[in-house]
This record gives sequence, C-alpha cells and structure tokens, in this order.
Amino acid sequence: MTQQNEWTPVGSRADLVSGAGIGARVGDRQVAIFHIPELEQSLFAVDNYCPISGVNIIARGIVGDIQGEPVVATPLYKKHFSLVDGRCLEDDSHRLRTYAVRLEGDQLQLAPREQGQGAAA
Amino acid sequence: MSKQNLIVIGNGMVGHHFLEQLAESGLADGFHVTVLGEEQHIAYDRVHLSEYFQGKSADDLAFSTSDQYAQWGFDLRLNTAATAIDREAHTLTLDSGETLPYDKLVLATGSYPFVPPIEGNDRPDCLVYRTLDDLDDIREAASRSNTGVVVGGGLLGLEAANALRELDLDTAVVEFAPRLMPVQVDEEGGDILREKIEELGVQVLTGRATQRIEEGTNARHQMVFQDDRLLETDLIVFSAGIRPRDELARDAGLSMGERGGVVIDDHCRTSDPDVLAIGEVALWNDSIFGLVGPGYQMAKAALDTLTEGERTFRGADMSTKLKLMGVDVGAIGDAHGNQNPGARFYRYTNGIAQEYRKLVVSADGKQLLGAMLVGDNSYYDTLLQYALNGLELPDNPESLILPASEGGAPALGVDALPETAGICSCHNVTKGDIVQCVHDGYASVGDVKAATKAGTGCGGCAGQLKEIVDHEMAALGMEVDNSVCEHFQHTRQELEHIIRVEDIHDFHTLLKNHGQGLGCDICKPAVASILASTWNDYVLNPEHVGLQDTNDTFLANMQKDGTFSVVPRVAGGEITPDKLITLGEVAKEFELYTKITGGQRVDLFGAKLNDLPSIWQRLVDAGFETGHAYGKALRTVKSCVGSTWCRYGVQDSVQLAIDLEHRYKGIRAPHKIKFGVSGCTRECAEAQSKDFGVIATENGWNLYVAGNGGMRPRHADLLAQDLDTDTLIRTVDRFMMLYIRTADRLQRTARWLENLEGGLEYVRQVVMEDSLGIAEDLDAQMARLINNYQCEWKTTLEDPEKLKRFRQMINDDGDDPYVVTVEEREQPRPATAEEKLERIPAVSV
Repeated sequence: MTQQNEWTPVGSRADLVSGAGIGARVGDRQVAIFHIPELEQSLFAVDNYCPISGVNIIARGIVGDIQGEPVVATPLYKKHFSLVDGRCLEDDSHRLRTYAVRLEGDQLQLAPREQGQGAAA
Repeated sequence: MSKQNLIVIGNGMVGHHFLEQLAESGLADGFHVTVLGEEQHIAYDRVHLSEYFQGKSADDLAFSTSDQYAQWGFDLRLNTAATAIDREAHTLTLDSGETLPYDKLVLATGSYPFVPPIEGNDRPDCLVYRTLDDLDDIREAASRSNTGVVVGGGLLGLEAANALRELDLDTAVVEFAPRLMPVQVDEEGGDILREKIEELGVQVLTGRATQRIEEGTNARHQMVFQDDRLLETDLIVFSAGIRPRDELARDAGLSMGERGGVVIDDHCRTSDPDVLAIGEVALWNDSIFGLVGPGYQMAKAALDTLTEGERTFRGADMSTKLKLMGVDVGAIGDAHGNQNPGARFYRYTNGIAQEYRKLVVSADGKQLLGAMLVGDNSYYDTLLQYALNGLELPDNPESLILPASEGGAPALGVDALPETAGICSCHNVTKGDIVQCVHDGYASVGDVKAATKAGTGCGGCAGQLKEIVDHEMAALGMEVDNSVCEHFQHTRQELEHIIRVEDIHDFHTLLKNHGQGLGCDICKPAVASILASTWNDYVLNPEHVGLQDTNDTFLANMQKDGTFSVVPRVAGGEITPDKLITLGEVAKEFELYTKITGGQRVDLFGAKLNDLPSIWQRLVDAGFETGHAYGKALRTVKSCVGSTWCRYGVQDSVQLAIDLEHRYKGIRAPHKIKFGVSGCTRECAEAQSKDFGVIATENGWNLYVAGNGGMRPRHADLLAQDLDTDTLIRTVDRFMMLYIRTADRLQRTARWLENLEGGLEYVRQVVMEDSLGIAEDLDAQMARLINNYQCEWKTTLEDPEKLKRFRQMINDDGDDPYVVTVEEREQPRPATAEEKLERIPAVSV
C-alpha cells in the first residue's frame, strides 16, 4: 500500500482542549485527539475505543509522560497507552491504532497511518 | 512406605491451621488425612465472629473451601461428629455408625460455651454465642424481640452484647463478678470500662447471680437474682466462659485435668502417644489456652511431632489486646500483679477521657511484669515488648503510660527491640524473621506478609510489622520512596505545603518549579485536589481541566459502559415530594436506571455524555445542586429523623446534618469524606462508621472521627463529648483541615489517623487545645473554602465554552452508538458483550 494520507477534516482549532483529549468520528470509527502544548509535536491521535474496557473513552483519559514517553491513562482501569505508537505499557497484548493529526490553518485534520510508521505531521 | 491414616477431629481455627501447615510442609504425602467437622461450615474466623452481624457472610469468614481441601488431598467430612475412640483397635466411630481406622489421631475439638446450671436455662430463646449457627439463632430470635440480656461480662459476653445491640435490642449484661472482664481488668479499670459500655446504651449489672429464669410479664422471660430483684427480657444469651470439648478423650480413658482438658506434653501428645491434642481442648502444664495464637503454636508442635520436626509447645504469652464496642482493653503478662510477690504498681486514671492504665513492675523497678489498659491501646505494643523481652525499664517507668502532654515517653522504636522479639504471636514471627526476610530481598510490607504470614492472623501487629520493614529497608539503604510519582520527588504533604506557602495556583507553575516531565494520572489529580483544597477555584478552569480524573472533568461518575451516573445533593437525606417527582421525571425522560444510594440520595445511572448538560439544566432549575459524588470531597451527611419525629431522639439530627452538609459541600480532600448524625445513642445513622460521626446526647453532641466502612471497616474514635453546636463545628473544621493538609493521596481519615504519629491524642491537642498554634490558620483556610463554594454544575451550565466538552464526538452530535442498554426489572441496564454483538451487528473496532 502506498502512503495514502487522505486527510479528513474533523473539527477546528477551537475544539482542542489544552492538556486533554476530545473525541471525533472518522467513518464508523471514533478517534481520540490530544493536545499537549508543552511538546514540540503537540497533537496526538489514537483509537477512542479502549480494548480493555470495551468502550469509547480514551479521549477522557489523563495525559502525561512515563519516563519521557507521552501516554494517556485509560479512565476506567488506569492502564497507560503510548501516544506515539499506541502500545499498552502494562500489557503488550493491547494496542491502539494511531492516526496522523494536524492543523491546516484552523482546521483539524486526521489521516490513517500505516502500521509501524513513526510520528508524523 | 505405606501412608499413615491421620484423622483430625474438629475443623475450627486451630484444626484448620494444623492442616494448612501440614499441606504447606510438603509432608502430607505421608498421610491419608481425614478431617471431621461437626458444624456444617468449613473452618471460619471465630475471632471475628461478630462481623457476621456487621454484614460479613459465612463465606467471608471462611478460612478455606472444600475445593482447597480436595486439592490438598484431605478427605473433609462436615456435619460429622466422632462418638468413640477405640485406642486398642485404633479405630474411631462416627455418629453415622461408620468406623475409621487410624494410626494417628489429632483432637482439635475446641470448647463449648458453659451454660450455668440455672433453673429455666433451657427455656426457648435462651441461646449461646459460639458458632455461626448460634448467630443465626440469635438473629432469628432477635427479630422477634425488643430486649436482650447477656449472662457473662467477660470478653465473649461483651462481644455478644455488642451483637445484640447491633440487632437493635435494648441490651443488658449480667455479670456474677463485681466488675466487667474480671480476668483482664481490676476494679478501677472495670469502673472505667463500665462507664464506657453504659454510654453505648448497654445496661451493666455486676455482682448479680441469676437464681432462675421464668415466664415474664411484659417480656418472654424474667430473670430472678439472688436478692430477688427481677429483670425482664425477651432473649438471653449465655456467655459465661468456655469448657473443653473433652468427652471423647475422657471416654477413651486418656489422662484428664481435674477441671477438664486433655493433658498434653510439650509435643502435644496425650497419655496415648498416638493421640495428640491441640487448641482449647488441650491442657498443658495445668493450663488451657483460650487464644488462637497459642493454639496455632500447638498446631505447629503437633505437626512436628508427627513429621519428626523440632518444634515443641512450651506455653505461650496470654497477653491480649482487643476492641470491644469500640472500647480498647489490653492485658499484658501479670496484669493484676498477683503472681509476683513484691511487685510494684503505677496507675494512671483519666476520668474525663475515660482511660486507665496500670504497670506492674518488679521490686527493683527494672522489669515490666504486666500491664493493664482500658480506653487506649496505643500503649500496648511498646509495653508488650518490654514485658516479653525483659527490656530494662527507663528510670521513670510511669512515663510509659502517661499521655505525651504529661511527659509520656515516646513509643519504643523498633530498633530498640532485640532480634528475638515476638512480633506476630499468631504465626510466631520474630523481629529477626522479618529482618531476615527484608535482607532476602522482600521489599514491601505485602511481600514480607506473604513470605512470613506475619500480620495475617489477628492483624494486631500490622503497625509494628510496617515499622520494622520500613526501618530495615532504610537501614539497608533501600529507598522507602514516598514521593507521589516520578514527576515530583515530594510527598503529598510536602506538595500541599509548597502550594500553600508559595501561593501556587496552577499545576504548570508547580511542575516548572518543583517537578519534571509532563506529569501523569497520579500527580495531576493529586495536585488538582490540593489546589482545590487550598484555593477552591472552579475545577474546570482551563488551567485545571486536564488535571482532573474523568469523573471530575464531566462532574459525573463514569460507569463500566462509559455512561455516567448523576447524583444531585440531597442534604441530610431530606427531600421534598416535588423534588422527588423531578428526579423521577428526569430519569424517565432520559431513560436512566434509578437506585437509592447508601448515603440517602438517589443515583441516576446510564446518562450519556451528550445528555449530561440537559439533565443538569432540569435539575438545577428544580433547585438541585451538584452532589460531588464524582469528587474526592464531602459526599453525604447521613441522618436519622432525630427529635422531631422519633420518641428516642434527644437533638434535631436532621437540622445539624443539613447544616453540616451545606457547610462542607464542595470541599475537596485527599479522599472522599462521609458524615453521619444520629439523634440519640441508638445510632440509626451509623455515624460511627463515617469519617465524621456525630451522636446526640442530652447535653449536646459527641464527635467521633476516622470511622470507615468498605474493605477494612473501622469503628470511629470518640474525639470529644457533649459539645455545643459551635464547638462541634469548629472542631470538625480543624480536624478536616488538618487531614487535608497532612494525609497521603487517596488516604481516608481512618488510615490517616492510624498512621499519624501521636494518633488521636495528638489530633485532640492540635484541634481542641491548639498545641501547634495553627488553629487560626486552619480556621481561615476553612473559611476561604466555604466562601468560595459554587455549584459546579450551575457554573458549567452558564458557560457555553465549557459545555462543548460534553460531546462524545466533536464532529457528530449523536450519542456513542456502542452504548447499548437492555431492560431488566423494568429499568435499563448496560448490555453484556454478547448482547451487544446481537444488537450491533457490525462493531468495527
């Protein structure tokens, strides 16, 4: 598959919440978008669906870092997922898909990302 | 080698301990083990039997399961009694008539409650207190009774009395001796104990010999005493001591004690070396040991006798520490001082705080021979170590029982103890064992507990165990790290101090000046809580919003399916019909599952994120405020109806509850805070299980603190008595503020007080006598919090920017399509995973 970053507009800059997450819909999928202004790459997007609890709540988690790696803590069972590659730090059987996310002017855009690709945008 | 037939008669605590030790020794393969239990239940925790009336089930109290026994390869037969031992033939006859061959027999038959030979003692509803079945009988009889009497004012008698009291009976205790607990306390201690027990609403009659029990006039029975005085009651529980269950041994011709009990040697062998006896049926050196600790030691000795080990039983320390109806009683060694001629005494009595302590010291003043405590057992651990280890007493031994304010000595540090000091008497673990364990790499209290079993019996040594582990880890240079997380090298208490003293109002500033990294889900909510407890700003301000746990962010409690529950405040549990109707209408309109909470309010479950603002608009319009069920904050003030309606009430508990709830609502703390206010000593609001419990008296209010329900229930401690309302509120203000300032994150008041150096007495001095000179400061901080209160939902509804967050998806106004409910008992509930699959055919995740 070629790199097919088909950017989908999902919202605007004003929808972002500094230091926290919001949910957005892309097709029949829900995506959690986080804004961490302290970091140079300040936007992250992963699945909103939490595979541990089976509900769409990742966007409600607290963000932070563990040993320097940006993470989100799942709000129900307090496990940590890397915002960079989506892996669960406590249990490698779980993983979130990551998405490319960017601001084009004031427009917030998402794009699917091939597995294994590093941070983009 | 063929297996030996080993039969254990009795499946009580000691019999079970023997079997557990056998299974863990790896030597069980040498035996074919049969276990006989007369009761229908597998071995259970008889020490905590009274908790059966506090909501624990038989399963909760059980030590094991039949599956576990099967796994051990033991043949467990419950509901089965042995009727005869044929020592010649080496057989045992059962009540079924079956005969079992044995090579070795272990008698662990325990004891039975002694019922005094009083005429009428066999009348209906004259019961005993020993087994779970007994408790079921008592509960059943109590349901038909208004009054109850316990015959016997010893340890078990008072436990039984507490049980009757908890079953809402007007309760009396009748004791033959001139005082309560005659074995453990002397006359002076008995007086204090009596006062405290009577204050709990239990009538105490001492020096009374019951002559007969006959038909009553107003109640089922009347008891007639030696002086022809009468006492009417519906229910009688005999708890006048225990007697060994030794009839099997007696019939088999084994050597017996004069007053019963099977004589054993240091190896727990009876006069027949193939028959062993352990626990309360066994008589060693002319003594019966009615405590579980010595029983466990016998079990270990018996095991070694059968498996050629080395442990023996050479008597045991009979010191006891207990809490009866919330009253501390402790007895160490020769507590009465009547076993050591020439012994000298120190006594401390405090008639106001109702405390009594006595030291029995050797004639030269160097050794502690015994001690007695009533009202405050915090002195127990130190005194026990002096007595057990023969440590030389300080020059002024009285300092060991004086309160700290009177020049009392600080508790004995664990480093002063010798390696041989016994810490856990239930499992016979010494300080040396624990130290060794830490040296072997077990680096937490939990690990050491698992490895040594210390602290897993009665739990009385838990505090000392932790101290030793911490001390040893520090000594080894292992870090006892109390920092909040990797982002702050500070404890919560230190962070609280920094925020207050440096006037910090946001996480970012704190992290920049005192931390590192981005923060995480540990430190962010902790700091958010401290900021709220210090300044009480709106929690959804932009600088705070990312710090909050989901529940605080959305001002509702997220449930397992991702929906929320909504709990409006119902102060004191008082609600108008109109408001109730509103709750019902809102629940109907938004299809919410409705349940009454334990805190006297209504919880509406299943609210979708998108619906929360509309739901709250309806509630706020109807005059409701947020209930902070989502926050580590004041939850509810539970109350009974008090003097307004109840014939027993002596104060208006509802009014006080409402006032307290409105005063403290919205205040965030290290953990949630619950209150209860009862209008009389019957305590219908269960205030003594709350962080703050207030109980009305004729003269004002008694204030209890640091109670807890939940996983580790704790009876609240009495902090002050007969307070007027203003003093009560001032005292609560300061106690709460001190807790907020100094507790660890997520530490309830119960655990905080238990871990606080100086304990209750220290807190009393700080909040009531201002010993630290900070009362004014605490009062000012409390005033600020109260002034800055706002209903967070009202504020949120007024701000369209804030409301934007209450969207499942920013680009779709719909609800989360994966939230599915089904109907059960006429209300919605979350669909199970299978039900979801049926209802959402294409879940693409």
